[in-house]
Amino acid sequence: MSALYLLVIVSICVAGAFLAAFIWCVKTNQYEDQKGSSLRMLYDDEFQREIYK
Amino acid sequence: MPAVEEDKIFIREKKNKALPLCYHCGTPCITNTITIDDNVFCCDGCLLVYEILNKNGLCDYYKLQSHPGLSQIKPVRKDKYAYLDNDEIAKQLYKFTNGDYTIITFYIPGVHCSSCMWLLEHLNKVNNGIIESRLNFTTKEITIHFSKNKISLRKITELLATIGYEPYISLDEANKKKTKNFNKSKIYKLGVAGFCFGNIMMMSFPEYLSHNSGIEQQYAHLFRYMNLALAMPVFFYSASEFFVTAWKGLLQKTLNIDAPIALAIIITFLRSIYEIAGNTGGGYLDSLCGIVFFMLVGRVVQERTYKSISFHRDYKSYFPIAVNVVTVNGIQSKRLQELKEKDIVQLHNDEIIPADAIVLKGNAFIDYSFVTGESEPVAIMQNEMVYAGGKQVGEQLTIQIIKPVAGSYLTSLWNHYAFSKDKEEKNDAGSAIHVLSRYFTWILLSLALCTAIYWSVYDPSKIIISVTAMLIVACPCALLLCVTFTNGNLLRIFSNNGLFLRDATVIEQLGKLDHIVFDKTGTITQSGNNHFICSGHQLTEEEKDLLYSVISPSKHPYSKAIAAWLGHRGASQVSAWKETPGKGLDAIINGNRILVGSGEFAGIPKDKIKEGNASVYIRINDKITSFHTSSVFRDSIPQIIPALSQQYKLSLLSGDNDRQKILLEDLFGKTSELLFEQKPIDKLHYIESLQQNNKHILMIGDGLNDAGALQQSNVGITLADDINNFTPSCDAILDAKRFAFLPSVLKLAKASRYIIGASFIVSIIYNIIGLFFAMQGILRPMVAAILMPCSTISIVIISSGVSSLVARRLHLSLKIKE
Repeated sequence: MSALYLLVIVSICVAGAFLAAFIWCVKTNQYEDQKGSSLRMLYDDEFQREIYK
Repeated sequence: MPAVEEDKIFIREKKNKALPLCYHCGTPCITNTITIDDNVFCCDGCLLVYEILNKNGLCDYYKLQSHPGLSQIKPVRKDKYAYLDNDEIAKQLYKFTNGDYTIITFYIPGVHCSSCMWLLEHLNKVNNGIIESRLNFTTKEITIHFSKNKISLRKITELLATIGYEPYISLDEANKKKTKNFNKSKIYKLGVAGFCFGNIMMMSFPEYLSHNSGIEQQYAHLFRYMNLALAMPVFFYSASEFFVTAWKGLLQKTLNIDAPIALAIIITFLRSIYEIAGNTGGGYLDSLCGIVFFMLVGRVVQERTYKSISFHRDYKSYFPIAVNVVTVNGIQSKRLQELKEKDIVQLHNDEIIPADAIVLKGNAFIDYSFVTGESEPVAIMQNEMVYAGGKQVGEQLTIQIIKPVAGSYLTSLWNHYAFSKDKEEKNDAGSAIHVLSRYFTWILLSLALCTAIYWSVYDPSKIIISVTAMLIVACPCALLLCVTFTNGNLLRIFSNNGLFLRDATVIEQLGKLDHIVFDKTGTITQSGNNHFICSGHQLTEEEKDLLYSVISPSKHPYSKAIAAWLGHRGASQVSAWKETPGKGLDAIINGNRILVGSGEFAGIPKDKIKEGNASVYIRINDKITSFHTSSVFRDSIPQIIPALSQQYKLSLLSGDNDRQKILLEDLFGKTSELLFEQKPIDKLHYIESLQQNNKHILMIGDGLNDAGALQQSNVGITLADDINNFTPSCDAILDAKRFAFLPSVLKLAKASRYIIGASFIVSIIYNIIGLFFAMQGILRPMVAAILMPCSTISIVIISSGVSSLVARRLHLSLKIKE
C-alpha cells in the first residue's frame, strides 16, 4: 500500500506537466489564431525564414 | 412642347452570369480584352496583381482557391500613402525598430481565405527587404519584419495595396494594443482551478467510498493534506478576482453578486482547514474548487470577444491620419493633430475633409452621407464652406482650413455629455442579477441567523457546523452560472446570425426594448443601389448613342452614373463640347444640340423643375428628358417593418429631405413618427426625449451622423454591409445581409429573460435541498460534492439547451454560415 505515496506523487506530476503545457500554450499565443495554424500546415513548400544579419 | 411620355423606372441590372469570370477576383468580365496566359481579367488592376505574382513565382496563390483575389477595379491613388514617409507618423506605427530592423503590424480587412494567407506569408519573395511576414487569420493582422534600409514603410504599404490587401491604418492603432492581453490571466486562473479541482476530486474518493469502515489513518492524512496543498493555489490565485470585486463593492457599501460567493469561498476554506487540522474530516475542498472552476468557466464563456471587430470607434478612426498641406516648400503631409487654421489642404477623390474649410480651387462635389445622412452629393461653389467629414467626389480640390479639427461641426457632437457616460457600467449596475443577488444575500444571512438562534437553544455545539454548512451550500454560484451560460450561448447564437454584441450586458437591454428608431440613408435604403427614374421624353437608341458621346468625357459623378446606365456604346464625332462647372455640358453632334445639366441650364421653365430632386435634365434639340435617382429599400425591409411594428413602436429619423415621405408612410403605417432633415444632434435629442418618457430605445443606424443617437439610446445597433469596415461606436454590429433576422433576434433576447428565470428556479430548488440538510447540521461533504456539480451541470444544460431550442423555433441558425 505504501506504493500509494509514489503513485499519488507521480499522478500529480503528470497532471502538473499538462497544466504547465496548457499555460505555455496560452502564453505563447498558440490559441490566438486557430484557423490560421490549421491552414498554414497545409502549404507544401516550407516557409523559408532568412536569418537576419 | 414635347409630348408627355410616361416615367420609366430602371433598376440597375444584376450582372450576367454567362460572362467569363476574372481569374484573379471572380468578377464577371464585361470586356474580354484583358487577357494574359489564357486567363481573363476584369480590369487592369487584377492583371497587374497577376503579373506581380507570376514574376515572383507566387502563382500557387491561384491553386489554393479559385478566384482568391479582391477586385482591383478601384485603383489606389498614387500618393495615398505618401504620409508614411513622414518619420513622426511612421514611428507611431512601428512595434519595434532599431533603425534598420523593424517590426510592424497592420490590420488587413480583406483577408478571407487560405490563398490570402499563403500570399501574405510569402511577401519576402516579392521584395527581399521583407524578412518575414506572419498573418494572424483570426484577427486579420499581419506582422511584417523588414529592413528599413532596403524597403520603406510606404513601399510595403503600397505593395500590400497593389496586391489587393490594403491595410487599414488609423490613429487609434496605439490604443488598440492595450486591450490585447487582457483576458489571458483569466485563462490561467481557469487552468489552475481545473487542474486542482480534478485532482482534489480524485483524492477525495477514498474518503467518500470507505465511509463506513474508514480508511487507514496514514492514508487519510496523505489525501487530506494533498487536497489542502492543491486548494491553496485555487484559493489564493484563481479565486482572487471574486475577493477583489466583492471588496470593491463593500468599499462602495453595496453587496454585489461576488460578495456572497467570496464569503462562501472563505468560509469553506476556513472550515476545511479546521476539519483537516483537527483531524475530524476531509473538509469541503472539492466543492470549493468546483465552485471556483465552474464560475470561471461561465465568465470566460460570457466574455467572448470578437477579435476583428471594434465597437469603440469615433470620428478619429474615420478621418485620415495625415493630409497633404500646401506650403512654401511644396506639398507636405502633415499629421491631423498638427493641422492648424489657415492651412491649405489638397484633397483627392474619395478623401475626407478633415476640418471645416473654405473651397479655394476645384469643383467641390461633397458627399455628406456619412455626416448628415443626405444621400446625394452636393455641389459647392468656390469660397463657400465645406464641413468636416464630407467626402470629395471627383477631381482634386484645394481647401483652406478655418476651424481646428476638434472644433468642427461634426466633431463637436462628441463633446455632448452622452459620450462621457460609460454604457457598459450603466447596463451592468441596473442588471437584474445585481438586484436579485442583494435579496439573496440578505435572505441567506437572516436564515443563517435563525438557524443559529434555533441551535443555541437546543444544541449549541451544532451552531458552527450548521451555519458554516449553510453558507457553503447556498452559494449563489448556480444563480450566477445560469446567467453567464445563457448569455454565453446567446452571444454565440447572435453572432452566428450576424449580430455581434459588444458584451453580454447588451442582451438584457435588448430584451427590455419597446421602441425602435431607424435611420433612413444606408439603413432602410441601400447605399450604392439606386433606381433610375427617367421621365419626359424616352430616349431612342440613337439618342442614347449621342448622349453617351457627350457625357463620357465628363468626370462629374452624375455623368459617370448615366454613362454606367447607358452601358458601353460607340462614341460619335463631337463637333463642339463645353463643360460649365456646377451647371452642365453643352455639345453639338451632327448638328444636334445636346444640353446635359441642371434644369436651368437645359432651359426648362422654372415651374417645370421639380424642387428638391437631384435630377439631371437632358435636352436633345427640343426634346427634354429628366433623370433622377431614387434610393432603393433594402430587400428585407418590407418584411421587417410590419413584423416589428406589431411589437414595438417605430420611428424614423432621416437627415435627408422628405421626398420619399409618402413611400415611407406606407411602409411604417400611420402610427409611426417620421422625421426628416434631422441633424446628428437632433437625433440624439429625439432619443433623449423618448427616454424621458421611460421608453427603452433601440437605435439602428449606420453612419457618423447617427453616432450621437447610437450612444444615447439603450441599445445602438450599427448596420454594416461589411462588418470589418468603419462603424461608429455602438453596442452591437449587425451584418446587413442578415437584417431579415432582426425580429427573431429581438424575440430571442426577450425570451432570454424567461430562460434565465427558469434556470434560476432550478438553482433555488437545489439551494433549498442543500439548506434543508445544512440547517439540520447533517450536511456531509459528499452530499455537498454531489449537489454542487449536479446543480451546475443541470443549469448549463437547461440554459444553453432551452436558448438553442428557442433559437431553432425562431428559425435562427445555430451554426456559423460562411
